[in-house]
Amino acid sequence: MAEKTITIKATRFDPDKDSAPRLQSYDIPFADDAMVVLDALNYIKAHVDGSLSYRWSCRMGICGSCGMMVNGTPKLSCSAFLRDYWPRPVTVQPLNNFPIIRDLVIDMEDFMHKLKTIQPWIIRKQEVPLGAGEHRQTNAQIDEFKQFSQCINCMLCYSACPVYGLNNEFLGPAAIALARRYNLDSRDEGLTKRLPVIAGDEGIWECSFVGECSVVCPKGVDPAKAIQQTKLDTTLRFTLPFGNRD
Amino acid sequence: MSSRGPRRGGQFSAPDSIDGQVESYDVLVVGGGLAGIRAAIAAVEANPRITVGMISKVYPMRSHTVSAEGGAAAALRPEDSYENHAFDTIKGSDYLADQDVVEAFVREAPIELIQMEHWGCPWSRDPDGKISARPFGGMTTWRTCFAADKTGFHMLHTVFQTSLKYEQIHRHDEAFVTKLLVEDSRCVGVIALDQRSGRFDAITAKAVILATGGLGRVYAFTTNGNICTGDGMALGYRAGVGLKDMEMVQFHPTGLPFTGILITEAVRGEGGYLTNKNGDRFLKDYVPNKMELGPRDIISRAMVTEFEAGRGFEGPHGKYMNLDVRHLGEEVIDRKLPFMRELGREFVGIDIVHEPIPVRPVQHYMMGGVDADISGATTLLGLYAAGECANVGLNGGNRLGSNSLSECLVFGAASGRAAAEYASTAKAVTSNPVDAMLWDEARRVEAAYLEKTGGDEKIGTIREEMQRDMDAGAGVFRTKEGLEKLTDQLGGLRDRFERIKIEDSSRTFNTELTAALELDFMLEVSQTIVASALAREESRGAHARRDFPDRNDEKYLKHTVAFSRGPEDPRPRLEYRDVRITNFKPQARVY
Repeated sequence: MAEKTITIKATRFDPDKDSAPRLQSYDIPFADDAMVVLDALNYIKAHVDGSLSYRWSCRMGICGSCGMMVNGTPKLSCSAFLRDYWPRPVTVQPLNNFPIIRDLVIDMEDFMHKLKTIQPWIIRKQEVPLGAGEHRQTNAQIDEFKQFSQCINCMLCYSACPVYGLNNEFLGPAAIALARRYNLDSRDEGLTKRLPVIAGDEGIWECSFVGECSVVCPKGVDPAKAIQQTKLDTTLRFTLPFGNRD
Repeated sequence: MSSRGPRRGGQFSAPDSIDGQVESYDVLVVGGGLAGIRAAIAAVEANPRITVGMISKVYPMRSHTVSAEGGAAAALRPEDSYENHAFDTIKGSDYLADQDVVEAFVREAPIELIQMEHWGCPWSRDPDGKISARPFGGMTTWRTCFAADKTGFHMLHTVFQTSLKYEQIHRHDEAFVTKLLVEDSRCVGVIALDQRSGRFDAITAKAVILATGGLGRVYAFTTNGNICTGDGMALGYRAGVGLKDMEMVQFHPTGLPFTGILITEAVRGEGGYLTNKNGDRFLKDYVPNKMELGPRDIISRAMVTEFEAGRGFEGPHGKYMNLDVRHLGEEVIDRKLPFMRELGREFVGIDIVHEPIPVRPVQHYMMGGVDADISGATTLLGLYAAGECANVGLNGGNRLGSNSLSECLVFGAASGRAAAEYASTAKAVTSNPVDAMLWDEARRVEAAYLEKTGGDEKIGTIREEMQRDMDAGAGVFRTKEGLEKLTDQLGGLRDRFERIKIEDSSRTFNTELTAALELDFMLEVSQTIVASALAREESRGAHARRDFPDRNDEKYLKHTVAFSRGPEDPRPRLEYRDVRITNFKPQARVY
C-alpha cells in the first residue's frame, strides 16, 4: 500500500533575501492519525527542510507559542489535527495582523508592551504583610474572574480582530480581558489606575463587537464579553450617583 | 562608575549596531520560568537600587513551568507540620536529599505560597475561603495547593505579570545564551545570540543566576516541551561547575501515549484508579498502603513490570494502563480537573467523565542538575542556579510531585537574594577581556555551524537517534550492558555531530542554528547522565539497576558530581560527596 501523504503549504519569508512572503509546498508522510499540524512542521524541519522557522514548545495547548493561520483560521498548530484537513492540503501562514519576522514567526512586541500598560498585577492601596496570611476568597469570587485568567497570550484573538487589523493602536482583546481579570479580583483595588488605559482612546470603545476574538480563543476566554462588560461598568461609573467609587 | 558593558556586535552585526547600548547588570538571570522570575523579583526587593537583567530564549510566559498541573506543596494546614513535609520529602528522595536543605525548604514553602496568593495567583479555595490542598503521591497528608489542574500556568502568569511592575528588571526575550563569561575564576556574564537580529551580545553582570529548567528533550518520550534542552546545565558544566546526581531522572507514571502529554498526578490525588488489562488495581502488589498515591519512581517501575508480565493494554502507540476517574463524577472533574478533560477531548478524543485515560510512564523531571548550595551558589564565584536546572540537594533520588513548583519559588528567591547581596559588594566587570571573549565565541559558533561546509549529517536525525537511544538505555530500568552500549552510541553521535550541515544561512530567527546549539548541549548532558548511572552500582530512587537491585547505603549514600574534562574528552570525571543527614536516619523505603 502506498504511504499516505499530506501536502503542507507553509509561508516562507527571510527578510535578508525576500521582498515578500511566498508559500512553499511540502508533501510529507501522514503516518499517524494522531498527527497535528505542528507534527507536520516538525517532520519538515527534521527531515526535509531545516530552514523552516516557527515557534513552539509545550505541544499541549498551554504555552501559547504555536499560533498560526491554518487554512485561513487562527489556531494553535499543536491542536489542529491533520485528519480534519486530509486529503486537502493544509496551508500554514503566520498569524494575521502582525508583522512577520521570519517564515511563521510573528512580531508580538506590540502585545508585550500593551500587556504592561494595563498593569496586570494586584494593586492595593495598602500592602497586606505576608504574616497576615492569605486573603480569603470564595469560589463565587473566583468565578467572577476565573475565565479571564485562562488567557495564554497566544495572540489568536488579535489575529481574528478586525479592529486591530485596521488600527494596531487598539489595546485589543487579550489585554482588555486580562485587565478585567484583575479588576474583578476581590484582592485588587487598581480599577481606577487601569481605567485611563482600558477606557482611553485606544481602549474598549474602539471595539465594534464583531466577537471573533471569543470564537477563536482556544481556552474558552470571552474577551468580547470582557469588553462589553467594561463598557457597561464604565458608563455606570459616570452616570449613576454611586458609580464613581473605587 | 558603572562598568562599560560591551553590547558590542560580534561577527554578525550590521555596522550600525557595533556601538550599541551598554548592557551591564548587577544581577543577570538566565531563564524566565518560575524560578528565574522569582529570583529576579527577589533580587530587586532585596536591593531596589540594583539592576537586574532577565534573558530567556522564549518569552517568559512560554517557559515550561506553564505545563505544571497538579500543584505546589507546603505545610500550610494546621494539622500538617514542617517535620512531616520534611520526612515525606526525604523518604521520597530515598535518603539522597540533603536534610538541612529539606528542612529549610519546608519552612519557606508556606511563605512563598502566601506570597503568590498576594500577587494574585488564583488558588483553588476551601469553603472557608482559604487556599485548598489535595493529596499527592508520597505525601502523607493533604498539602498540595493547587489552581485547578493548571497550577504551573497560573503561577507562571501571575509571577510574570507581577514582574512587569519592577522597572529595575530589564528583559532580553528570545535571546539564546551560548556561553558563560568567566574571568579570573569568576562568572561575569554571558554571551547570547539575539534570535531576531542574529547578533551576538556580551551581557555582563556581577552575578549570574542559571534558571533554565530541565533537559527532558534528551529523551524521545517526555512530558517536557521543546525548549527543555538542559542549556543551563551544559553552560555550567562547561564553565567547570559540577553536575550533581545526573543519574536521577524522573519518569512520571501517567503520560499520554504518542504525545507524552502529562496527565497530572492530581488525577490520582483526587481518587483516580490505575488499572491493568485484567481490570486490577495492580498497585496493591507494589505499594499496598499507598496504592495510587505511591511515589512516582515506584509506580513507574510497577507499570513497566506489569507490561513485561503481559498485563498491559496494547494500543496503536505501545503498551498502556488505564487511569480511571469515571467514579469521581462530572462535577468534581470539572471543578478540579478541567484541563484533564480538555486534554482528553483534544488529544485523545475521549471524555474522561465516561472513559478511562490511556497512560504510560514518561520522562518528566530531572532531579540532577548544577551543583548548588542552599542559597543557590555554585562553586564558581558569581554563578548561582535555581529551579530544575539546579540541584540544591532537595530532591535526592526521587522528587515528590508538587515539590518542584515550591522549589522554584523557595530557591529562586534564595538565589535572587544571595546574588543581590554578592553583587552589592563585588567589583565591577571590566570590558576589555569581555570584548575578546565575545569575539571568540561569535567566531566559534560561526565556524562550527554557519560557515561550515562539507557537512552531511542532519540535526533532526542525530537528535532522534539520541532520544531513542536514551529511552532504551537510560530509562526506568538500567543495566551495565545497556549503559555501556549507550555510552558508545552517544560517542558516535558526538562524532557525527561534528559533521552536521546547517541548511539555514539566515541571520534572522535561525531556529536551525538554535536547534544545533541545543543538540550540542543535550549531547553533553546526556553523557553525564549515562556516566553517573553506570557508576552508581545500586538501586536508589529513580535509578533502578537490574544488575544491582538493592540500595547500598554503605557505598552510595553519596551524591555523584560529574565534571567536564574539557571539549576533547567527552567522559565526565566523577566525584562523590556525602549526603548531609540531620534528623532522619536512612531506613528501608516501604510504602
